[in-house]
Amino acid sequence: MSTGFATKASRLTRPRPGAGSRGASTRIPLLVTAVLLVAMFTAGSLRYDGFFSTQVVLNLLIDNAFLLVVAVGATFVILTGGIDLSVGSVVALSTMITASLVEHHGWSLGAVIPLVLTIGAAGGALMGWIIHTFEIQPFIVTLAGMFLARGLCYTISTESITIDDPATVSIAQTRLYGSGGLFVSVSVVIALVVLLLAFVVLHHTRFGRGVYALGGNEASARLMGLPVGPTKIAVYAVSGLCSALGGVLMTFYMLSGYALHAMGMELDAIAATVIGGTLLTGGSGFVLGTALGVLVLGMIQTVINFQGTLSSWWTRIVIGGLLLVFIVLQRLMTGRRAETD
Amino acid sequence: MTAPPTPAAPDTGERRPVLEATGIRKQFPGVLALDGVALRLHPGEVHALMGENGAGKSTLIKVLTGVHAADEGTLLVDGRPGTFADPLQAQQAGISTVYQEVNLCPNLSVAENILIGREPRRFGLVDWKAVKRRAAELLTELDLDLDVSSPLGSHSLAVQQLVAIVRAVDVSAKVLVLDEPTSSLDRDEVAQLFSLVRRLRDRGVAILFVTHFLDQVFELCDRVTVLRNGRLEGEYTIGELTPVTLVQHMIGGELATLEELSEQAHEEAAERVAGEPLVQARALGRKGSVEPYDLDIHAGEVIGLAGLLGSGRTEAARLLFGADSADTGQVTVDGKAVSLRSPRHAVAHKIAFCSENRKTEGVFGELTIRENIVLALQAARGWTRPISRAKQEELTRRWIEALDIRPANPEAQLRNLSGGNQQKVLLARWLLTEPRLLILDEPTRGIDVGAKAEIQKLVARLAADGTAVLFVSAELEEVLRLSHRVAVLRDHRMVATLVNDDSVTPDRILATIATGADS
Amino acid sequence: MTNPPDRSARTGRPGAPTGAVPGAVLKRLAGHRLLWPSLVLLALLLGNLAFTHDFFDIRVQDGHLYGSLIDILQFGAPLILVALGMTMVIATRGIDLSVGSTVAIAGALACEHIAGSADPGSAGTVLGAVAVALGVAVVLGLCNGLLVARLGVQPIVATLILMVAGRGVAQLITDGQIITVRSEGYHLIGGGYWLTFPFAVLLAGAVVALTAFVTRRSALGLLIESVGGNPAAGRLAGIRAAGLLTLVYVFCALCAAVAGLMISSNVQSADGNNAGLWIELDAILAVVIGGTALTGGRFSLGGTVLGALIIQTLSTTVYTLGVPPQTTLVFKAFVVVVVCLVQSPVFRAKMSRRRGRPHTRSTGTADAVGRQQEVRA
Repeated sequence: MSTGFATKASRLTRPRPGAGSRGASTRIPLLVTAVLLVAMFTAGSLRYDGFFSTQVVLNLLIDNAFLLVVAVGATFVILTGGIDLSVGSVVALSTMITASLVEHHGWSLGAVIPLVLTIGAAGGALMGWIIHTFEIQPFIVTLAGMFLARGLCYTISTESITIDDPATVSIAQTRLYGSGGLFVSVSVVIALVVLLLAFVVLHHTRFGRGVYALGGNEASARLMGLPVGPTKIAVYAVSGLCSALGGVLMTFYMLSGYALHAMGMELDAIAATVIGGTLLTGGSGFVLGTALGVLVLGMIQTVINFQGTLSSWWTRIVIGGLLLVFIVLQRLMTGRRAETD
Repeated sequence: MTAPPTPAAPDTGERRPVLEATGIRKQFPGVLALDGVALRLHPGEVHALMGENGAGKSTLIKVLTGVHAADEGTLLVDGRPGTFADPLQAQQAGISTVYQEVNLCPNLSVAENILIGREPRRFGLVDWKAVKRRAAELLTELDLDLDVSSPLGSHSLAVQQLVAIVRAVDVSAKVLVLDEPTSSLDRDEVAQLFSLVRRLRDRGVAILFVTHFLDQVFELCDRVTVLRNGRLEGEYTIGELTPVTLVQHMIGGELATLEELSEQAHEEAAERVAGEPLVQARALGRKGSVEPYDLDIHAGEVIGLAGLLGSGRTEAARLLFGADSADTGQVTVDGKAVSLRSPRHAVAHKIAFCSENRKTEGVFGELTIRENIVLALQAARGWTRPISRAKQEELTRRWIEALDIRPANPEAQLRNLSGGNQQKVLLARWLLTEPRLLILDEPTRGIDVGAKAEIQKLVARLAADGTAVLFVSAELEEVLRLSHRVAVLRDHRMVATLVNDDSVTPDRILATIATGADS
Repeated sequence: MTNPPDRSARTGRPGAPTGAVPGAVLKRLAGHRLLWPSLVLLALLLGNLAFTHDFFDIRVQDGHLYGSLIDILQFGAPLILVALGMTMVIATRGIDLSVGSTVAIAGALACEHIAGSADPGSAGTVLGAVAVALGVAVVLGLCNGLLVARLGVQPIVATLILMVAGRGVAQLITDGQIITVRSEGYHLIGGGYWLTFPFAVLLAGAVVALTAFVTRRSALGLLIESVGGNPAAGRLAGIRAAGLLTLVYVFCALCAAVAGLMISSNVQSADGNNAGLWIELDAILAVVIGGTALTGGRFSLGGTVLGALIIQTLSTTVYTLGVPPQTTLVFKAFVVVVVCLVQSPVFRAKMSRRRGRPHTRSTGTADAVGRQQEVRA
């Protein structure tokens, strides 16, 4: 008369769904990404002259510094299980505000940058507040944010604003040389500092662990007494802040503000995050993986440039293909939804 | 009172309760969930909170832990008045809860789950070494041996449950509420959990233990508070109770009067059971919900599934419809083996099922009565073979009339109907498919007396016309009145199948539920 | 749980007994879920009349209809189609972000086919181009459908993939160029006239009518609303959700492809980069304005058409006012937020609490839109 059928043996031989694989499942995509990056670099080096150089790698960072910053912000949001579609537009708006204030109103960068960052963070916090307070899906709220930011760009100017301000130009063109004539831009340093900060925040602060807990199980996080609302609002604020900073870096990179800058960057940021091993359902992933994801996107671009015969649109197609592979991979690893029949 | 059954049982009379609730009243729209309920918890005791569905157990727990605010009544913690706006405040006052569904984050490590929100910090940053050390200490204190850096999700539910308890105790060690912690654990796992609970009790923690397993109450608990229909039925020391008296307290009612109600069913019982079975289940089971069971269901027969809440009665019924898929066993219809992979397959074999969760799994609130009624038949035909509007209206009108559904307007939105009428619509939906086996899970729960009687009559009529009915209900009276045979479930096992003749009395069923054997 | 009988009678089914009291008719009208979108559209049109006095004028010239209203219909036709497909997807609790890419791919394929043929004007060439575009759209829709229905990927994520890759594919087809075609037959689809009406309007009207016919005459509409309204109950009722989901994503891709043909036909060229840019957002907006909730369930084709027309009228208005057309985005942002807030149960609960209990049945916007979802046209 015992519950004999559920013996210990049957329990051990039949692992629980997801048991044991969870730890591994967070790392496998990351590993795949790393291997992919190395493979692409190796293949590129074998095929193309001048590919195998440290400067090529550094140029990846120089050309993608702003994307890295934006993707880091997106990672915060995605880790909570949310999504932020407004990042590209906020980047564009930031380039517009920066360029307009510096060029047309004679503001100094020292005043403009804090203002732009504040606007970005406040906008993000506002979206987070709406999402949290009224329980509206993040995608539709940030979609509105996307419209709003892009539309505000046009109210500033429908034309591109080129920056001639000497101070800005000099910062933008500053090369920080290392040994052997290698160099990076100021933006790269800023982006790496942001990455490092994000890593520390996510892995070594209570707020960061709250972000993971929220993505793991929101109801649990609430019952464990974690500040769910403030955390949610904060991740969107972080995303807004990173987008604004990305916009400032893009202003340096392009030396202009334009409403059409960063079109579709939200997709690149999401793609980089996913390829970097973060689960789109939240709760699992690494911000350093996101950096790898950004490098993969940059590497695709670089390979296509070196190839010469391939056109730029292949970048989109390859990114889409990679996204497909990684999303299917994530799906298979976290197990299929119980019943879809 | 009688002598304490275990040496560990405290002398509850002398010490001051750590938690004392009196006169708790809680009203929800349309429902009085708690009416003057009282509860006393003493340090160093395990106190069971028992009651059937709708007794108010979960509402009481939610009031105690700050999820809901009581409308009336007082709550004293250590003799001081306490009101909690949210679970966090309750935790700060020393009351922690571990829920049935483990409320931790599977993506985080064991150590982190124990300490998140309270991590030791150095220079504002989380001190991971200290986190791991502290978590390991807490686990060792309670004789648990776990790798604290492993992700929680890699452990079994039982271990996750233990981790949840360790966290709860570390957060606040005065009162620990365990809400059905054992419902999906097997025997070894339960033993592990109990030894932890006993250690905590010996350290002076007051433990409120909610469960549906009678054995566990007698094995672990010192005192029992029983709720029924939102009222306090009584508080007992375990020594005063036997399994049978406990079940009587929980289910209530004048047991003697039940007998006459079932006479009609008695007379026919023998003849209905004769002949080839329509549906046969052999060793049908699913891990964690119901152990393999055998059941023969004959055309024209009503089989009642009796048992307490959580005994596996619903789970057993769901397997026969493919609502949950079975791990083991075989189902045959008309002697031919069939695969019930999903409800769609069951419907194809003329099996129908009304879920106990009417709102979430039954009706479509946005749709009209007509649409709700024709849905199952339409789904079986596929979208390319629509039932014509005229036919739909005719069918709807016929069933509205037959079941007296109100309002008698086929275009009324379902969400505006009363519970009883929603249930009738759900019944009509399945009757339209002319099922040979109709599975009804708590079809009369939460509906008014008139509708209840009508549904019971309908079941009898259907059976008389040759439909087999599997009738799941928490109400013994109802089961005995309608059924030709009664299958009794206890602790996820089907322990007896009784032909409902004169020898079957409510007391006999109660005894079977309470002890696990037909005497 | 009481139930005033007038609530249900509002569905106004032809042949249903109607209370002939004027008050009851008014009440039913006020509760009709198309009321608010209709009023907004009317207000926009009247606003335009204030600026442009010949706004409502329609004249016949060379046997063709001309006028601002006709322009709105003609330029709005592709959006109506895309929003139509989106409505079905949203009714199942899904979303399709890839329609913009599908629009671009369809236009690119058709123009490529025509530009590459010896006889661009012939009916055979044009039909071939249409067939290729629609065929590929079916494949794209199947990809989305399989990811959502079979692999159980969240719709927003599943369709994101095609949204990213699709633009690249479109440019790959056009080789990054803008392909210009000269084909009278092809021009008919988006820019031509038939029986004095713009062909695009007739086509869009026909597709809407056909969709309405099929969803409401067959059981498709009912099953989709069931799956979207309560997936768990749908499963227990024996509905094959996977097949339905795949079907709506294929349908959505097909609608987008026809819209893509219209757009490229109207300008007689295919632009892989810009064709259908952001149309997914306009389409979602049109659906939401039309009263179909993003949480699935009841859908309203009429509402969607009105929603699409509102958006198109808005764009036209902004042009007439001489404001930079891109600033419409700001306006749309506010519309999205307001509509979503109004649909949010939490927001409605907060508002009604503020207004106090006696007013729970007031005619405030929140309640009105709430009722829009409860009652179907």
